[in-house]
Amino acid sequence: MKFGIQVNEGPYTHEASVTAINFIKSAVAKGHEVFRVFFYHDGVNNGTRYATPPQDDINIQQTWSDLAKEHNIDLVICVAAAQRRGLADDGEQERNKLDGNNIMDGFRISGLGQLIEAGIECDRLVVFGD
Amino acid sequence: MSNVKKFMYINNKAPYGTIYAWESLEVVLIGAAFDQDVSLMFTGDGVYQLMKGQDTKEVGIKNFSPTYAALGDYDINKIYVEKESLDARGLTVDDLMHLVWEDEDEDWAEKDSIKVVTSAELAEILDQQDVVLSF
Repeated sequence: MKFGIQVNEGPYTHEASVTAINFIKSAVAKGHEVFRVFFYHDGVNNGTRYATPPQDDINIQQTWSDLAKEHNIDLVICVAAAQRRGLADDGEQERNKLDGNNIMDGFRISGLGQLIEAGIECDRLVVFGD
Repeated sequence: MSNVKKFMYINNKAPYGTIYAWESLEVVLIGAAFDQDVSLMFTGDGVYQLMKGQDTKEVGIKNFSPTYAALGDYDINKIYVEKESLDARGLTVDDLMHLVWEDEDEDWAEKDSIKVVTSAELAEILDQQDVVLSF
C-alpha cells in the first residue's frame, strides 16, 4: 500500500512526530511505500537543522532526515506555515531577503498542493496530531 | 476523470485560541484548485468557526470568518454541521453564517451550503470518503 503522511505538531511538545516516525518505520518494514510526509502547522519545526537536543534525547529532525534518505521519502514543509514560523531554505532566504536559512538536509519547502496531491496519489493519507 | 476522490475536512476546534481552524481553511482553498469532490464537517467546538458576527478586535487576532463566504465560489457547497454539537452549545443554524452557492444547473439558483446532520448521518457520510483530513 502507498501511504501519505501529514504531521501537524512540533517535534518535542507533542508526540505526533515520533509516532509518525514509528508508523513509517513499521509500514516500510512490512513492505509498504511511504510516498511523502507533509509537515503543516507547527509540524514545520520538524525540519529545522538548528535543533541541538541533549545527547541522551532523540534528535527528531535528524531522525527524519536519516529516515528519508534510507527509504527515499519526500519530506515536504508547507511554505505558508513555514513563513509564519521562520523555516527557510535557500529559495525562501533569497525571496524574503533573510540573513540565513535553517532547513534540514532531506526536507524541501513547497505548497499545500503537495498535500492534496498526496491525498490523490496515495491509497491512504494518515494524519498525525490533535 | 477517474482521478476524482472524495475529500473530507473535519474541523473540530474553536476558531481562535489555536491556528488549526485558519490553516485548515487555507488547505481547503488551495485544495479547491484540484477539482476533487470536497466536503467540510464541523463538529465539537469547530461549530464556533461558522458563528456569525465574529469580532476579534479585542484579542488582536485576524478575523478570518469572512473567508467562509467565498467557499461557494470555489464550488465547495457540502458543509455539514453536527446537530448534537450545536445542541450541546445552545446554538441553532440561525446562529451560523448564511453560506450559499449558485447552482449552475438550475439557472444559478442560490442554495444553502450548510446542512445540519446528526452524528449518525455524519458517520455514514464519513464512511463514503476517500481522504479525510482532520484539523
